[in-house]
Amino acid sequence: MDAHKLVKMANDIATFFESDPDPAAVTDGIAGHLRRFWDPRMRRALVRHIDEHGGEGCKPTVLAAVAGHRAALVPPAN
Amino acid sequence: MYSVKEPDAGTPARTSSEQVTLEIDGRSVTVPAGTSVMRAAADAGVRVPKLCATESLEAFGSCRLCLVQIDGRRGYPASCTTIVEPGMKVRTQSDPLARLRRGVMEMYISDHPLDCLTCPTNGNCELQEMAGVVGLREVRYGFDGANHFKQAEKDTSNPYFDFDPAKCIACARCVRACEEVQGTFALTLQGRGFESKIASGNTDFKSSECVSCGACVQACPTATLVEKSIVERGQPDHSVVTTCAYCGVGCSFRAEVKGSEVVRMVPNRDGHANHGHSCVKGRFAWGYATHKDRITRPMIRGSIREPWREVSWDEAIAHAASEFKRIQAKYGRGAVGGITSSRCTNEETYLVQKLVRAAFGNNNVDTCARVCHSPTGYGLKTTLGESAGTQDFDSVEHADVIVVIGANPTDAHPVFASQMKRRLRAGAKLIVIDPRGIDLVRSAHIEAAHHLQLRPGTNVAVINAIAHVVVTEGLHNEAFVRARCEQPAFDNWKAFITSPHNSPEATAELTGVPAESIRAAARLYATGGDAAIYYGLGVTEHSQGSTMVMGIANLAMVTGNIGRPGVGVNPLRGQNNVQGSCDMGSFPHELPGYRHVGDPAVRALFAAAWGVDIDSEPGLRIPNMFDAAIDGSFKGLYVQGEDIAQSDPNTQHVTAALESLECLVVQDLFINETAKFAHVFLPGSSFLEKDGTFTNAERRISRVRKVSPPLAGKADWETTLALAEALGYPMHYDHPSQIMDEIARLTPTFTGVSYDKLDRLGSIQWPCNDRAPAGTPVMHIDEFVRGKGKFVITEYVATQEKVTRRFPLILTTGRILSQYNVGAQTRRTANNVWHEEDRLEIHPHDAEQRGIKDGDWCKIASRAGETVLRCTISERMQPGVVYTTFHFPGSGANVITTENSDWATNCPEYKVTAVQVSPTSEPASTWQRRFGEFSEQQDALLPPREPAPR
Ligand code: SF4
Ligand code: SF4
Ligand code: SF4
Ligand code: FES
Repeated sequence: MDAHKLVKMANDIATFFESDPDPAAVTDGIAGHLRRFWDPRMRRALVRHIDEHGGEGCKPTVLAAVAGHRAALVPPAN
Repeated sequence: MYSVKEPDAGTPARTSSEQVTLEIDGRSVTVPAGTSVMRAAADAGVRVPKLCATESLEAFGSCRLCLVQIDGRRGYPASCTTIVEPGMKVRTQSDPLARLRRGVMEMYISDHPLDCLTCPTNGNCELQEMAGVVGLREVRYGFDGANHFKQAEKDTSNPYFDFDPAKCIACARCVRACEEVQGTFALTLQGRGFESKIASGNTDFKSSECVSCGACVQACPTATLVEKSIVERGQPDHSVVTTCAYCGVGCSFRAEVKGSEVVRMVPNRDGHANHGHSCVKGRFAWGYATHKDRITRPMIRGSIREPWREVSWDEAIAHAASEFKRIQAKYGRGAVGGITSSRCTNEETYLVQKLVRAAFGNNNVDTCARVCHSPTGYGLKTTLGESAGTQDFDSVEHADVIVVIGANPTDAHPVFASQMKRRLRAGAKLIVIDPRGIDLVRSAHIEAAHHLQLRPGTNVAVINAIAHVVVTEGLHNEAFVRARCEQPAFDNWKAFITSPHNSPEATAELTGVPAESIRAAARLYATGGDAAIYYGLGVTEHSQGSTMVMGIANLAMVTGNIGRPGVGVNPLRGQNNVQGSCDMGSFPHELPGYRHVGDPAVRALFAAAWGVDIDSEPGLRIPNMFDAAIDGSFKGLYVQGEDIAQSDPNTQHVTAALESLECLVVQDLFINETAKFAHVFLPGSSFLEKDGTFTNAERRISRVRKVSPPLAGKADWETTLALAEALGYPMHYDHPSQIMDEIARLTPTFTGVSYDKLDRLGSIQWPCNDRAPAGTPVMHIDEFVRGKGKFVITEYVATQEKVTRRFPLILTTGRILSQYNVGAQTRRTANNVWHEEDRLEIHPHDAEQRGIKDGDWCKIASRAGETVLRCTISERMQPGVVYTTFHFPGSGANVITTENSDWATNCPEYKVTAVQVSPTSEPASTWQRRFGEFSEQQDALLPPREPAPR
C-alpha cells in the first residue's frame, strides 16, 4: 500500500481527534479508528512505514497512538 | 389520467379532531370537519358526477356538473366546493339536477371533437363517462360554434406527452396540478368561457418552465394531455405496484402493463413517500429497460484486449468462480472482494455481502455509498446512535423552519422538493446553505429567508458559527440537553463552540458569509418554531464530511430539534437504495444492521446462521481496493450494478487499478465504463424484471415487483446464488421473500419486516420490531438510539485542496433533474433532450477575465488531470467557483477530481477541486481522446447483437 497515502489518511484522522481536550482520548481515538475501519494490511503497512522510516511524515499523535496500541493494530498475519 | 381505475373521491381528505354527521340521499355519513359534500358523498357510496374536481387537487368549482340540492338552501350548490355541516340533508339526484347536468354536458360536448373511437383514451375518458352518467342523448347547439378544436394545433414538443388543445374542456385541473402538486406554475388558463385555453407560457411545452413531472397529464380528465406511450401502444390491461429505481425519494408507482410490456408508469396515490406525485425520471424515463444496448448473454474473455465471447450462464459462472479461487490460492484470502450497488435491491446487496463474507471468507465488501453518504453513517451513528435520517418525508409538513444544506432537491429529489415547496408556500421559512444559487433560493412563490452562499469547503466553519450564535446568545434548549444528552460531552463541546474563534465574525472572511447573515439564520433556526435540516452530498463529499454531519447533529440536539414531527436531521440520499445497501451490511467493517465485525456476539450470530466463520477484521473500502490493486495485494473483484470507473474520483487512478486486476466480474444492464475493464460480464436485470425491496431516504422499505421476465433469463439475486454455489458455498432461496426473512431473523431493526406485512401495509419504515410493529416514522422520540445523544467537537480544518495561482478556481459538482447519476439509464432515454452534455458553469466575471464566451469550449485542469467541456455563463455561481455535472462519461468530470477524502470514511471530496479554466479550440483533452479511442476499441470487441425485444 502507498505509505505516503496511508500517512496522510492517518494524519487526517489524528487532526480530528486532536480536538479532544483529553490527551489519552486523542490517542485512543486515533488507534480505535484505525482498528475499526482499516483493513489489517493497511495498518501493517503504516506500522512498517513508521518502523522503517522513523515515523516520517506522521503527526506525533499518530506515532503515539501506534506506539500505545501496537498489538491491537497489528494482528497476526493470516 | 389513471387508466387502471382508482376510486376518486373528488376533493382531498381532511384531518380534523371534529367529526360532522350529515345525510346524503338518505344515508347517514360522518366525516372530519372541513370535508366537501362531494367527498362525504363518496364516503357514503354515492358518486356525484364531476369534471373539474379530482382528489389530488383543491376544489375549483368551475364545471357545475356536481350540483346538489341541500334542504333549507336555495339553488344548486356545487358539492365540490360546499363544506359539510352538522345535520345537513343533501340530495344528489332529482329531475332539476338531471336537467341542469345534461345542460352542462351538452355545452361541453358541443365544443368537443367526437372522434372517440380513434382517441387514445377511448373508454377511459372522464368526459365520455360523464356524458353517459348524466344520460346525454342530444346536443342542441350543434357542433359548429366557436370552439377549441377548430383553431387548435397539437403540441408534441415534449418527448413524453402530447397536448391536443382541441380536446380541452378548460377544467384547469392541469393548471392546478402544476401549481399545487408540482409547484412549478408552468401553465395558465387564459380567456373566459369558450375562449378559455391552457397555455404553457408563450411557448411550447418543451421550451416552457415545465419540468415534465407528468402531474398535469395525470390530472387531465380527457385526452388533451396524454402520454405518447399510450398514443403509440394503447391502453394497459393491468397494473403492478412497484417502486421507482432512481432517486432516494423512492416513489411508489403503478406499472401499467399490456401483457408483459410496460405502457405507462403512473405514480401511486397510496404511495407513502410520494402520495401520487412523480418526477420526469420515474414517470417517463424507463425506456432504458428495453434499450438495444442491453447485454442479454453472459460473456467472458481472457484479457481486456481480447474480444468478448458469448457463453452459457453455467460457463460464465464457473469461469468467474474458478478465477476467484485461483486468485485466492495464489495471493491469499484477502485478494478478492465485491462491490454492491445502491441501484440494486436490499436482497441483492445482502446476498453479495454474504457471498463475500461467507464464500470469499473476508470482509472486502463495499458499496457506492462510500462515495456519497458514508459520512452520514459515521456521523449520525456517533452522535445519535443510528446511521439513518430521523424523520419521514411527511414530517416536513409540520416544519416552521426548513434548512437545506448542500442539497438541490428540486433537481435531485424532485418529489420531496414539491412537498417541501408546498410547505414553504404555506409559510414555513427557508434557510439555504449552498455555494450555488440553487432553484429553491428563489422560485415561484418561494424566497429563502437566508441564503448563506459559503465558499466550498467551509461547511464546518459555517455550522460551528451558527451553533456559536445559538449558544452564546442563550437560544439553546437547556432542558432538552440536560434530559437527553451526555452532560460531560456537552460541557466539552460548549467550551469549544463558545470560543471566539468559532464566532461568525471570526470566520466570515474564510467562509465568505457575512456575520450578520449567520446570526440572523441562527436566530431563525433556534427560535422560529419546529426546525428541520435536510442535507445532501454538498455536506458529505468533503474532507470534513463526517465532521459536518456531526456538526449538524450537534445543532439539532442543542436546539432540541429532534424526536418529533417537523424537526430532525435528514440526509437526502442520492440513489434509490443508498439507505438499504448500507443497512444490508455492505460496508467492510459492518454486518447487516450496522454491527461491527469485531463484535464476537454479532459474528457468532451470523456464523451460526451461515455456517461459516466470519473474519473479525474490517476489509478494504473501495478506494483502498484500488490502492491495494495497484500495490498487487488485491486481484479479483465482483461488481454488481456499479460503475466505479465513471463515478469514482481520479479516473486515471481508478482505471489503472482496474487494469491491474486479474479477474473483474461485472454484473450490469449495459457495458458501462467499468465493464470495459472486465473479464466476465454477467447480464443484470432491470427493476421491472425482479422481486425485491428498496429502502428510501426516510428508511421506508417498499416492494419492487416483477412486471416482466428477466431479459437475460436470471434476476440478479439468482446470479449471485449461482456464483456462490460455484464458489462452493450454496445458498438456498426460492424467492427474495426468503432472503428478507433471513434479514429479519438476523437484524434487530428488521425483525418485524416480511413481504406479507409489506403487502398489507404498503411500506414499512425501519426500525420495525416488537416495539414498533408497524415501523417508525420518527426516530429518537423519547431517547436516542445510543441512549444519550453525544455532542462531538467539530473543529474546522481547511481542506488540503488549496487554490493557488496555478489553480485559482474551485470546481464543485452536482446533478440535474433529467439525468441520473452516471447516466447509464437516463442517457438511454429521451431525457437527453433536456441535457445532452455536461457543461461547466462559470460566473460572468471569471469568464470575462479569461476571454470565455457562453458556449465556448474550455479546458479545465486540476492537479489530477484535464478535461474539456463547453461553458455556460451563469450568475448562480459566485466568482471563483465553477460547477459541473457528471452524467456523461466522456466529460471526464472525475478525471479532474482528486483523491482527497473524508478523514473518517474516505468519501471523496468531490465538492472541492482547485482548477484552472482556459478557453481552447480543441473539443477534447488528451484523456478524452484516449477515452474515445478506448471506448471504440471496446465496442469493437463486443459480439454483434440482435436488438433486444421490446
Ligand atoms: S408536466 Fe409537471 S411541470 Fe410540466 S406543466 Fe405538467 S404539471 Fe407542470
Ligand atoms: S388540458 Fe386537460 S386538465 Fe387541462 S384544462 Fe384541458 S381538459 Fe382540463
Ligand atoms: S422523485 Fe425520485 S423516486 Fe420519485 S419518480 Fe423521481 S426519481 Fe423516481
Ligand atoms: S366538479 Fe364541482 S364544479 Fe366541477
